[in-house]
Amino acid sequence: MPRRISIPFTSNNMPQTEKSGERRPSTSKGNRLTQFFSGTPRKDQLSAQQALQAMQNSPSITAPSLALPSISLSTATVGEVPDESTTLFEPPTSEEVQVKRRADAQFGPLVHPSHRYVSKHHGDGGLKAPIIDEPPYYFVLTTYISYLLLILLGHIRDFFGKRFSKKPMYQQLKASNGYAPLTDDFDSFYTRRLKLRIDDCFARTSTGVPGRYISLLDRVSHDFNASYTYTGTTTETLNLSSYNYLGFAQSEGPCADAVEDCTRKYGLSFCGPRADAGTSDLAVEVEREIAAFVGKPDAMVFSMGFVTNASSFPALVSKGCLIISDELNHASIRIGARLSGAVIRSFKHNDMADLENRLREAIAQGQPRTHRPWKKILVAIEGLYSMEGTVCDLPGVLKLKETYKFYLFIDEAHSIGALGPNGRGVCDYFGVDPAKVDILMGTLTKSFGANGGYVAAEPHIVAKLRSTNAATQLGESPAPSVLMQISASLRIITGELAPGQGEERLQRIAFNSRYLRLGLKRLGFIVYGHDDSPIIPVALYNPGKMSAFSHEMLKRKISVVIVGYPATPLISSRVRFCISSAHNKDDMDRVLAACQEVGDILQIKFSTGVAGGQKLPAGITPENEEQWRKENGLENVFEPPRWSLEEVMAVGAADCKGKLR
Amino acid sequence: MEKQEADSLPTIVGPTGPKTKLSNGKTVTNLASYNFYNFNANEQVKEKAIQTLQTYGVGPCGPPQFYGTQDVHMKTETDIATYLGTQSCIVYAQAFSTVSSVIPAFCKRGDIIIADKMVNFSIRKGLEASRSNIIWYNHNDMEDLERQMQKVVQQQAKKKLTRRFVVAEGLYELTGDSVNLPKLVELKSKYKFRICLDETWSFGVLGRTGRGLTEAQNVDASQIDMITGSLAGPLCAGGGFCCANKDVVDHQRINAASYTFSAALPAMLAVTASETLNMLQSNPELLTHLRDNIKAMRAQLDPRSDWVICTSVPENPIMIIVLKPEVVQARGLTPEDQERILQDCVEETLNNGVMITKLKSLPARQSASAPHDGTWYIQPALKVCVTSGLSKKEIEKAGVTIRHAITKVMTRKTNRQSSVNP
Repeated sequence: MPRRISIPFTSNNMPQTEKSGERRPSTSKGNRLTQFFSGTPRKDQLSAQQALQAMQNSPSITAPSLALPSISLSTATVGEVPDESTTLFEPPTSEEVQVKRRADAQFGPLVHPSHRYVSKHHGDGGLKAPIIDEPPYYFVLTTYISYLLLILLGHIRDFFGKRFSKKPMYQQLKASNGYAPLTDDFDSFYTRRLKLRIDDCFARTSTGVPGRYISLLDRVSHDFNASYTYTGTTTETLNLSSYNYLGFAQSEGPCADAVEDCTRKYGLSFCGPRADAGTSDLAVEVEREIAAFVGKPDAMVFSMGFVTNASSFPALVSKGCLIISDELNHASIRIGARLSGAVIRSFKHNDMADLENRLREAIAQGQPRTHRPWKKILVAIEGLYSMEGTVCDLPGVLKLKETYKFYLFIDEAHSIGALGPNGRGVCDYFGVDPAKVDILMGTLTKSFGANGGYVAAEPHIVAKLRSTNAATQLGESPAPSVLMQISASLRIITGELAPGQGEERLQRIAFNSRYLRLGLKRLGFIVYGHDDSPIIPVALYNPGKMSAFSHEMLKRKISVVIVGYPATPLISSRVRFCISSAHNKDDMDRVLAACQEVGDILQIKFSTGVAGGQKLPAGITPENEEQWRKENGLENVFEPPRWSLEEVMAVGAADCKGKLR
Repeated sequence: MEKQEADSLPTIVGPTGPKTKLSNGKTVTNLASYNFYNFNANEQVKEKAIQTLQTYGVGPCGPPQFYGTQDVHMKTETDIATYLGTQSCIVYAQAFSTVSSVIPAFCKRGDIIIADKMVNFSIRKGLEASRSNIIWYNHNDMEDLERQMQKVVQQQAKKKLTRRFVVAEGLYELTGDSVNLPKLVELKSKYKFRICLDETWSFGVLGRTGRGLTEAQNVDASQIDMITGSLAGPLCAGGGFCCANKDVVDHQRINAASYTFSAALPAMLAVTASETLNMLQSNPELLTHLRDNIKAMRAQLDPRSDWVICTSVPENPIMIIVLKPEVVQARGLTPEDQERILQDCVEETLNNGVMITKLKSLPARQSASAPHDGTWYIQPALKVCVTSGLSKKEIEKAGVTIRHAITKVMTRKTNRQSSVNP
């Protein structure tokens, strides 16, 4: 795989431009901020250089050179006089190559400046649901048969095992010594009989930074996945599995430096809940920054994303209230809603007509039995659905909100940072004023590379949460290192720290997502979700193909996440690619090449062309495709797209910037 | 009331330590953090964490089941399991939600849980989420527990065998005392119950080397079916854990909501937990020093003050201070009155340079799974967290300050009047 060593010409160009820009940046914004983050003079000097570099090549700057002040190429050029470089080309020392290699493994260099795209909703209406392609009936049938077989075999083995086998595995299913079995055999059936077969595709232990590459500990199982033996070696794989949207999983660079200084200053913990003595200046500052970032007057942070939802619903709604929740909402929302005591109804995923029906019915009927009006109606949706790759239809929901006057809660766990021209989530993506949404919740685990979650809302709502929410009163406050990671990554996104880098990260993830999505469509895969989603689920259907796909990709040193029942409907098992800014086009091409091979081996190229990807005749662009179809009477005539890899790679980078077809 | 309290919360500037700087510029003695051994200021721990940062970054960027598990998590899990002497261990990303998701992972509709009336809020959430039948026994009353167990066994004799659990705490968050573990184990094996012991407050505190209640009361940890605990308190890291045998732990990896649906613990914090655990094990004098300080603080408060008593056991660094029953009775103080008085005490103490806090019992009191028998209530209390980061002299001085502040508040005119017109 191609790995770029930094180009020697930049080192020669630097000193000339440096003279003109040397004075200004040292007193400019970058330096003031870096002073905030770092106390040591060493850091100051380096950070000033970063700012300097940023000022100089901001139009085409690549992130690693910013993220890595210790690359000796750049330090040498700033500090020393240019007359030392007598030859034009100086091969980097092995140490330099090592440092560069390490940095690139965490955050890949941009291959070409054009590989960027601004994530933004085009058109002013609501969001159209993505077209879902159907596989041939033959595959649906075999999928059902596979499940039937698995379940049948499992039950037969359980039946005889429980009666005749002495194995401890069966003993646990029976009452013994007066104790009921710890788990019902029905409850654990799925785990034992279905998941165990493909268990080695889950919870693969990793080491190091989950950046562009992730190092997995090699393991083998000698007892059909009941236990694993670690061989002591590691494999470096291309990481399409972590929620590292903006590539902030880095152990070097401005973020890590800030966290390091913070740890030295603050220690590791605040040793207590917020309500006792865990409210620190750092937490207050981070809350202010988050509020400003998402465009709400106030915000509060939690130490865990799951708990943010699970504990904030009870503080927002209570008995006599109604929660209308999207059927595919995350488990944390469902648990939070359940604990709140409110009545819960769900509507079809992203279906505005169904939501409207539910609302009408709820408002007309009132509370069950008493028919009193509801105290509050809260609609809970997610910004980006992690299993489907769909973006919520925010304009559609807001239109309904105007008519029916409900409260709106958006869980931006996946969308914050990953969507919108400024990375500010779905509101930014659709160009909607965040004031129109009542509560914006999100996690800090994904795009920011930290941990925890936040809730942003009007001050009175946040004040109520602060004073009544159990997680604030009793749960631990976020660790200083985590808070600083949030703060530093936020500042990079907004461009306050290391100017230019944040924008680059945002535009790279948008490009990567669209490029890979288009490529997969053209290769003939059935891809779920909306175009700008950095989560790209690809349909696999057969349960056996889940583990096969995962293994084949691992053989090609790519780590992917496979998801099946019960996280998805029974027949639509899928593989999920999580795209990051840390990837570049070369990485995406590598994935496409691997998919092309694996797709042929496993025969999972089912696409009929309905969802796009079809080769259009010359002169027809995706924009005027519809008209062309109408004129030629080809509205329902689709040709299954089966492009060759070379064709996909040749035109993909340009095509993915237009309408994805 | 709560809002007012939230507004009056002091904001600390800089690191948490025995002496903490507040946003108003004052430096106060901090007796409100769980920084019992002052590991937060330990350079060795910090250095180790920074090394981890340089190899792993901050967040693991994914849930444990999807590549979020790192080798450091496995090491921490092994370390804790070895330390406690159990077969296996699982590390959660937050201590507060650990027990709330361990309980519903095993207890389902139709199962029976007998719980102490004074269990903390996290356990209550877990009980609620489990939808099992909850039976309460009087706080620390082993006879009552036995009666309840007998009742259950009788009622269930003819029915299908269901899972039965007893839930108790190593050190009760709301009262500061501990359960009688040998008796509990005896009852458990007699009536075939499983024990879920929450050691959130006792892990790293009780016992000769801080192994918790099992060490303090000489019970083999493998006799307890599940031990949950916190890495965020005295260990100065983050996250929680559940120690049990391998099957119990493996079941949680797929069925415990806050493990499956949440990101893994940051590597830095996992390593810190291992490191501080190791330090605790190799330096038992840390614990003796802490206990000396607790004794010094207690001497200033419990027998000396006319107004308050301490309900915590002598080894508990979190001293739960409540108003004496005779004071409450004589003045006819409602729980709200007590809350108000104690809040005044907290503020008065802070004005004199010592930061303490009030027991946050409101969530537990309002929780839907409170025993409904009219006699149950959580007495409002002050919480004084002793730390070994202060010298004995400083502790004594702080103790005097707290005692005087309480006396001052209690003898205030407004508070005395309430005794005249109850």
